[in-house]
Amino acid sequence: MTLDSSADETGPQPLLELTEVTRTVQLIDAPPLTILSGVTLSVSVGDRVSIVGRSGSGKTTLLNLLGLLDNPTTGELLFDGRPARSFSGAERDRVRGRDVGFIFQQFNLLQGRTALENVMTPLLYAEGRQFWQRSRIASEMLDRVGLGHRLQALPDRLSGGEQQRVAIARSLVRGPRLILADEPTGALDLETGEAVMDLIDDVARASGAALVTITHDPAIAARATRHLRLDHGVLQADAETAALARGTTRELTAGRAT
Amino acid sequence: MNRLLSNLVGAFVEAWQEVRIHKTRVMLSLIGVAVAVCAITTVVGLGAVAQQATLEQSERQSGRPASVQVYASTFDGSAPAPEVMKEVWQTALERYEITYASRVTPTSQMVQFADGAASVATTGVDVPYGTMHRVKMSEGSWFTDADTARLAPAVLVNSIFYDRIGRPDLATHPTTTLLGDRDTTAVITGVFPAQGWEQEPAMYLLTDSLTALAAPVTAAPTDAMSAVNYFGPPTYELWVPPELADPIIAALQRDVSAALGDGATADVYRTDYASWTGGEDPYLSLKLLVGGVAGLVLLLGALGLVNIALVTLKQRIREIGIRRSFGATAGRVFFSVMMESVVATVAAGIVGVIAAVLIVKNPWIEGLIGQGQVTDFPAFPVEAAIIGLVSATAVGALAGLVPALVAVRVKVIDAIRY
Repeated sequence: MTLDSSADETGPQPLLELTEVTRTVQLIDAPPLTILSGVTLSVSVGDRVSIVGRSGSGKTTLLNLLGLLDNPTTGELLFDGRPARSFSGAERDRVRGRDVGFIFQQFNLLQGRTALENVMTPLLYAEGRQFWQRSRIASEMLDRVGLGHRLQALPDRLSGGEQQRVAIARSLVRGPRLILADEPTGALDLETGEAVMDLIDDVARASGAALVTITHDPAIAARATRHLRLDHGVLQADAETAALARGTTRELTAGRAT
Repeated sequence: MNRLLSNLVGAFVEAWQEVRIHKTRVMLSLIGVAVAVCAITTVVGLGAVAQQATLEQSERQSGRPASVQVYASTFDGSAPAPEVMKEVWQTALERYEITYASRVTPTSQMVQFADGAASVATTGVDVPYGTMHRVKMSEGSWFTDADTARLAPAVLVNSIFYDRIGRPDLATHPTTTLLGDRDTTAVITGVFPAQGWEQEPAMYLLTDSLTALAAPVTAAPTDAMSAVNYFGPPTYELWVPPELADPIIAALQRDVSAALGDGATADVYRTDYASWTGGEDPYLSLKLLVGGVAGLVLLLGALGLVNIALVTLKQRIREIGIRRSFGATAGRVFFSVMMESVVATVAAGIVGVIAAVLIVKNPWIEGLIGQGQVTDFPAFPVEAAIIGLVSATAVGALAGLVPALVAVRVKVIDAIRY
């Protein structure tokens, strides 16, 4: 099954293209464990993709593959038209730094560093203007996520929502073409989660980056334009979320009409 | 180039952040390194002062490198006639354009003190002798060319002599009476410190003044005990650049022998310490010992650093994973972790070197090591500071190597979930 971003064959080259990707891990004294099997997926710039699935269904493994943190066992993964296997270690790291922004469930801010230093971290691995003007760029980014007044705050002095905002600013500060969000609202209450998702949607739309969100929250998944479900390592279209999304759209439309 | 520069600066920034955040831990682990660097630098620095003290001591006694002495004798064992030698000497000095040269005449002279007359060890010298032997004056100044024209001869006395006459102010031009067939009043124009082992008064006179004093008596030195101012022939000393010493020795040997003619011989040889120690450092073994102990302290400090770095690395695996996910290459992580250690030890090294400078240049320590024998205290040796900083950096790099290798092996995926 092909989960193409666009039916139009002549469209722009996909940013990510997975063809029949499997990922297995070798276990001691047990047969190899298949985590992903036959995954085919294409993501282009501007796409909004949600992937839902139960715990242990392989969501994070898929995200690691998409973020060039891991290699498929079989099948092919093209990043920007280039096979991921052909990247050298350092090249892979540099491409990841330049083109991919991660948002983690546990925020993963660097403790002991201020909000500003956290957002500056990815810029430390950049070159040229991004590197030398990192402080200014990071301040602007924090301002954009509404934390312009908390530049010097340490993570443990920030609320969960604020920490996730810092994490969002950090993932977007280098202007990535692909944003990978792993349960971005998992550690937040409903309201804060909604606000954070609004922010992610906004900045992703403004930068034109592709957004892949992994979640087990149907409401968060419904915000995407393409809805996928991972079940026992198999990726397929998620009709349930799509229906929910349509329902939400109808509700919204009805709400506006009344 | 751009990438290299931003990588270098970036790694330094990361390392500095890490050191800043864990400053207490870092400071504790660095005390050992700072102490060791301080010890190494101090040993090298004090070694230089002690060496200077020994060197000046040697130079006071046997002259600065290269000091050359001319000894002439006839085959019957007597000295050549003074007038002949004077002539030969003057010619040689002019021919080879030697600026620093002195006749040295050790003798004794009866001097009238308040508590009676006493024999005083006296050395007749020429003006350059002061520079040639680094004579250090505690009061007044060494002879100048103007002193040769004085009617009342100038005399420089040692501190024992000076104490015995009641330490009069030199500005009042104190005099002393040199006894002889005809008493002479001499003006004391300077005081030099007595060496530690000296207990008797001593003085310097210019050779020409001494000759003028002695002239009436040399004819009749009948009784050694009553010889108030008997003296033998002077020795002739030169101070020449060390690289010219050998050719000058050969030339003087030839010239003086030729000038004295048959029946006389000239011996020309070096007297300074450099000609017999072969430039060996007398403090080498002590330096090696203290340096070795400091090296061990440094090693222990480094082990402490490695230990703490490894323990804290466990807590930092997640952080390394996060950095990798934002584009840090394995090389960059390696370099950053290594730099943390280097940045920290270099900071400790700077502290250690500053402490060492304060110790070595402390007037009390200088006095203790120099034992009053050093005129030119050497500036804090640059090589000591460099040795201190280089060893600090090397220890930092070595101590950083192990945690850096561990950090590179961190698997990004596992680290983020850690």
